[in-house]
Amino acid sequence: MEFLGNHIVSATVFLPLVGAVIVLVFVGRRSEAAIRWATLLFMAATFLLSLVPFLRYDPQAAEAMQFIERASWLPEYGIEYKVGMDGMSLLLFMLTTFLGPIGIACSWRSIETKVKEFHIAMLLLQTAMLGAFVALNLFLFYIFWEAMLIPMYLIIGIWGGPRRIYAAVKFFLYTLVGSLLMLLAILYLYFEHHRQFGFYSFDLFDLYRVHVGLGVEKLLFLAFGLSFAIKVPMFPFHTWLPDAHVEAPTAGSVILAGVLLKMGTYGFLRFSMPLFPAANEVFFPLIAVLALIGIIYGALVSMVQPDLKKLVAFSSVSHLGFVMLGLAVGSMQGVEGSVLQMINHGLSTGALFLIVGMIYERRHTRMIADFGGIARVMPVFAAFFMIVTLSSIGLPGLNGFVGEFLILAGTFKAHPVMAAFAASGVIFAAVYMLWMFKRVMFGPVDKPANRALEGNDLTAREVAILVPIVVLIVWIGVYPQTFLRKMDRSVEAFMARTGHAGAVVAAQADAGLLSEGSQQGIEKLGRVERR
Amino acid sequence: MGGEDILVALTAISPQLILVAATVLCIAADLFMRSGKDTACWAVSVAGCAAALWASASLWGRQQVAFSQLVRLDKFSLFFYGIFLVAGIMTLVLSMEFLRRERMPVGEYCAILLVSISGMMFMASAYNLLMVFLGLELMSIPVYVMAALMKRNPKSTESAIKYLLLGAFASALLLYGIALIYSSARSTSLGVILKHLETGRLLGNPVLLAGMGLVIAGVGFKVSLVPFHMWTPDVYEGAPTPVTAFMSAGIKAAGFAVLIRVVVVAMHRLSIEWAPLLWVLAALTMIVGNVVALSQQNIKRMLAYSSIAHAGYVLVALTPGTRLGIQAALMYLFIYFIMNLGAFGVVIALSGKGDTAVDIQDYRGRSAGHPLYAAAMAVFMFSLAGVPPTGGFVGKFYAFSAAVKAGYIWLAVIGVLMSAVSAFFYLRVLVRMYMEEAEVGTAVEPIRPLAATRPAGIGLCVAFAALALLFLGTMPSLLARVAEETLAGLWPF
Repeated sequence: MEFLGNHIVSATVFLPLVGAVIVLVFVGRRSEAAIRWATLLFMAATFLLSLVPFLRYDPQAAEAMQFIERASWLPEYGIEYKVGMDGMSLLLFMLTTFLGPIGIACSWRSIETKVKEFHIAMLLLQTAMLGAFVALNLFLFYIFWEAMLIPMYLIIGIWGGPRRIYAAVKFFLYTLVGSLLMLLAILYLYFEHHRQFGFYSFDLFDLYRVHVGLGVEKLLFLAFGLSFAIKVPMFPFHTWLPDAHVEAPTAGSVILAGVLLKMGTYGFLRFSMPLFPAANEVFFPLIAVLALIGIIYGALVSMVQPDLKKLVAFSSVSHLGFVMLGLAVGSMQGVEGSVLQMINHGLSTGALFLIVGMIYERRHTRMIADFGGIARVMPVFAAFFMIVTLSSIGLPGLNGFVGEFLILAGTFKAHPVMAAFAASGVIFAAVYMLWMFKRVMFGPVDKPANRALEGNDLTAREVAILVPIVVLIVWIGVYPQTFLRKMDRSVEAFMARTGHAGAVVAAQADAGLLSEGSQQGIEKLGRVERR
Repeated sequence: MGGEDILVALTAISPQLILVAATVLCIAADLFMRSGKDTACWAVSVAGCAAALWASASLWGRQQVAFSQLVRLDKFSLFFYGIFLVAGIMTLVLSMEFLRRERMPVGEYCAILLVSISGMMFMASAYNLLMVFLGLELMSIPVYVMAALMKRNPKSTESAIKYLLLGAFASALLLYGIALIYSSARSTSLGVILKHLETGRLLGNPVLLAGMGLVIAGVGFKVSLVPFHMWTPDVYEGAPTPVTAFMSAGIKAAGFAVLIRVVVVAMHRLSIEWAPLLWVLAALTMIVGNVVALSQQNIKRMLAYSSIAHAGYVLVALTPGTRLGIQAALMYLFIYFIMNLGAFGVVIALSGKGDTAVDIQDYRGRSAGHPLYAAAMAVFMFSLAGVPPTGGFVGKFYAFSAAVKAGYIWLAVIGVLMSAVSAFFYLRVLVRMYMEEAEVGTAVEPIRPLAATRPAGIGLCVAFAALALLFLGTMPSLLARVAEETLAGLWPF
């Protein structure tokens, strides 16, 4: 038990891998129910296991990075197995384990071919994603980062829609180009570290200390940044995203939107920004402007989408623009808002994809024009859809509002004009989401296929999938401190490293204000809006 | 021989001697046995390779120069012996069912293969340019024959003739280069050349430089560097698939052994002259190999261009001429031979009678009928593309890190961009296998692949390769250590 306690992170990361091997070896190809249950069991167990670090994480401890485990791997090259988590990775880690079982449950009926391969791919993907969030050695990180590509590529390419092959290959190549350049930048940094300190190391904290000239730093930042920007995806590297989302099966979309996109923002947060603070400063205008373009462009394109899934996909570009803006601004509120918004986006967009998948399974179409009046025939479905839509818009009292509010507040302090532009994204979000909702759910039930949905409302399985998400959506909306508290120290450490040191002092002064004060502010604002 | 103890000298080449003995046994069995001679020849060959492998392993750590400095036994040679012999055993195992189906002469095939392997081993241990040439011919001539062994198939004959003509051309280039080097250094011994260069004599000697260039070109033919690669796709396509597999694994490794020993090590003082040359060759090779591979429809041609591209990656590691670079090249060659033999193993297993069904189109929907071969192919393709956690990633990682460390950033940038290009055509095989359905009823006659007969040998070989790649991808330390140790005896200073 003590061994498990000391290796809780690794145990959680590799439990899905163990599950994959067990399913591969011990469960027959034809016993599909057994495959599904076994996979669900392993995903659920992974989630339960991940609660341990969540509950044991000490937000007051001096060192933000906790549960560090290290093991010798290739010591003479500075390659070691080193994992650990701080408040920011903790939350993303939890998000991943939380969405894991949901991804399996939502594929219960929709995946009917190559069932065994699908579940093994999902389990492998889970291990790779969890590993990437906790890896503290850049070599290890790169392995997990790239390993993620393979199962996702297969999930889109094998179980996806009609243009799945195009989408899968595009997804793979886009991400591969970015990450290969990052590999070179990692290597450069590694040898530079050896030159300056006399020993080889891929350890993130060792590499934080390396100083290179601004010119080189800018190149390195771009090499890392390109890789992450493609993953986020930031405008103009976003074109793979709608294709991948539209073609992926529901589980693929949920994981892609929920977790994989966060890899990009997490990469900025953990690697490129703290590793190259000076270059980050230089490129701040570029990142901020691209983020703003993403917010507005994503929202505008969403507005005109005839396809539900494409609409949600483009809304991701807009939401992730907010996250990038908060990170770029780099103030305490901005960064905390960004991390929270990553979680929020994972929940609400994940849920939106689930909902689109559920209606698609019934109607075999995703075109908004084919629907209308669904609320009358599927009232339970309508209720869930409404909550999730409002969460995505950022209605006060639900999760989306807290994140966006913090980001906008953080941005406004330093760059009021940017905040003004970004705020327009919130309005657009209300437009495209509510308009879509109106066309799909309200109005007369004028199509016979829609009338036939009467009595075909959500099943118990589908309700069970959505309820946990809705609970979290409300929880974060009403009491975000549970999550914000976990990351205070980590965000301070991030800001100290990115050179916003002056801001840290100020932030510490109003850290209380952030956790309690901003909550009051949020509630006050909410009241105003509700009036 | 000058007082050299002949027995001690012979132990230095004992692995080769074992192979020669096995060859003789093999031919004798083929001539004099009445029944079951195919199996006997095959078993003798496998046993010969295994015995030679055991002998090589027991020689590990021994350093010896024998036969008037013609042969140098060190960890470097032994490392390559390991590659050749394991590749030989794997080739033999992959070939058996194929040879039976195509009614090819098993005895001849095995005997010729063993001779070729012994030639490779002489190349890896050669410490004299003449020995290099002898080894090269001993390796190449049997391969010309092997390429032609599918007598009823005109493509096979065509490929053999092409290979013979261009191979002869390459040999001539190499020989001419050796002559030029001899005329300037007054010796063909690598030790003597090295000593001259160390003392500063011959530095900047134009005749020597020309000789070096010709040697690089001659070896460049064998390892198929651009622009000496023209023969590769045709020969790879036409030769019987097991022979292609053997060529892509063994000949490439042997050629690079020579390149490392002769150019990178013995002429390391001239690195300022050859490094730019290798830089250009590496860049060209990676670009042409990967870009042309994009448009290939035949999987053997695709793998041929991919093998060209991989020669480029090895050259990226060698361009800096550093210890890390040579270590990276050794690791790359080791990993490369496993993944390539594995991939060709799957091609053999899925091919139809007469070495047909080797168009990428023919792989549509094959994962349904052969899930395990398809899964193994996925490992090989991801590995060739260099995606972790497979061995191919480790190889590329070391190769590019050697380049970055020595400051060859742009070469590394070309390398990674070309790796991204390569992912496209490797993935296409998987797309066909996994994501498309087989067309029903369009084929004139259905493919009856070897895999349908459940060939134990091919299956074992492919499984071994796939597992080895996953192991090397996650636990590269053992290989890295062995490769590092291998360098110890290579540098004579």
